[in-house]
Amino acid sequence: MNPLLNALLVVVLALNLFALGTSRIVTVIKLVSLQGFLLGLIPLLMEEHLGWSATLASGGAILLKGAIIPFMMLRAMRDVQIKREMEPLIGFLPSMLLGALATGFALLFSKALPLAGEHTTPLLVPAALATIFVGFILLTTRAKAITQVMGYLVLENGIYIFGMLLLGTMPLVVELGVLLDLFVAVFVICIIINHINQAFSSLDTRRLVALKE
Amino acid sequence: MINLLIHFVLMLAMPPLLLGVINKTKALFAGRKGPPLLQSYYDLIKLARKDMVISQTTTWIFVAAPVITLVGILMAGCLVPLGPFHAPVSFTGDLILFAYLFAVGRFFTTAAALDTGSPFEGMGAAREVTFACLSEPALFFALLVLAKMSGTLMLGDLLHAPLMVSGQGDPASLVLVAIGMFILLLAENSRIPVDDPNTHLELTMIHEVMVLDHSGPLLGLILYGASIKLFVLGAVLLHILFPFQSGSALLDWGLFIVEMLGLAVGVGVVESIMARLQMRHVPYLLIAAILFCAFGFVLLVR
Repeated sequence: MNPLLNALLVVVLALNLFALGTSRIVTVIKLVSLQGFLLGLIPLLMEEHLGWSATLASGGAILLKGAIIPFMMLRAMRDVQIKREMEPLIGFLPSMLLGALATGFALLFSKALPLAGEHTTPLLVPAALATIFVGFILLTTRAKAITQVMGYLVLENGIYIFGMLLLGTMPLVVELGVLLDLFVAVFVICIIINHINQAFSSLDTRRLVALKE
Repeated sequence: MINLLIHFVLMLAMPPLLLGVINKTKALFAGRKGPPLLQSYYDLIKLARKDMVISQTTTWIFVAAPVITLVGILMAGCLVPLGPFHAPVSFTGDLILFAYLFAVGRFFTTAAALDTGSPFEGMGAAREVTFACLSEPALFFALLVLAKMSGTLMLGDLLHAPLMVSGQGDPASLVLVAIGMFILLLAENSRIPVDDPNTHLELTMIHEVMVLDHSGPLLGLILYGASIKLFVLGAVLLHILFPFQSGSALLDWGLFIVEMLGLAVGVGVVESIMARLQMRHVPYLLIAAILFCAFGFVLLVR
């Protein structure tokens, strides 16, 4: 087990909290892109003997999560001309505290899970659970479509961390398939964002209830 | 013995240079030439030669406060080991003394601010104390993590804990404590995301507004004390950030000085790329610092 792995996961957890606490959407995008980049490094840290599949998975994740998706989101941001998440369902400080609470519980209770021996020391499982929960908070409590996409990405990052437990046995095809799905989903959402913006001249998804046949 | 001497010389002579480095970094970012590196020394000498104007409403507290604050900070500086060397003074439980020597300084600074009877200074004092309520738990959680890691309550040994575990062990909680301590360093020294040391708009200031009525040598003492505070807290943070030891004493001192200047550059970069937070958002940042240090502790004991 590489000691750097835990340090890296802790930084990922810290980025979660910062993403919950900020109202600027550009900052959220940058934080999530940094998180994606760091997660891309995990396969390199976990494998003692670096195979080509781990390298490919890592490179794909870094490229997609760290560069391409954030780039797309920033472009979408520029087109719709909004800067801040104005009125989230749960405020920034409460959602940060909620995320911190979830992280704390994930750290405390992952000890109680019946995990295989080699999975207990790294923080992979608690980090995955906490990140999934933070993604869930972002996804459900924010009103703007772009922030919701970022929540979806954080959620996916959590699942990605969980997948790292199976790195040795999971075929590369599955990994790349997940990344492709993610890419397509974000691509579609970007188009949807554009349409919402044209229809309502706002990105507030709560306005979608006004749609009629 | 010689190490002890270097400790005192560095602690007394180096701090104003850090302010110079920070200002130079900010100037470089802004595309200016900036004041010379030694400007803070010139300022201190200039202030020391000036006369004092003391308001008639003030009492002895107003004059005593800067001196007591400076002495408190210097005493705290004696408890902190610089680099891999030993601290001049060290005993079991001195981490509590360390935390509250700063608090004594803060108490007297705020008391002096209230002593002037100026509404602005009272406001600044209220803010300072409010934010101190949030930064103190963060400091204690950070010290708790290090105490748990090293199994000792002596500040000198406790700060060397990262040096001991850097070989084996788990750096995860140290990363969290380092983030928390960096926020704490910025908040305690009233640097930018929390407070702007250059601002002269009373409504938005925290620390600067409390010393508006001080002038001449007293103001010099306050500025000097503030720079030493930056140095001491920086020395604490460096233990967590760079737990390296070369073995040769001379090299270690050199390394320490370079690390310290690097930290000053880091603070300057943060000040250049960040805007000051709104006053009502400052507690969020400090709560984040508490959370990071607390998580470091949870991670260690779970």
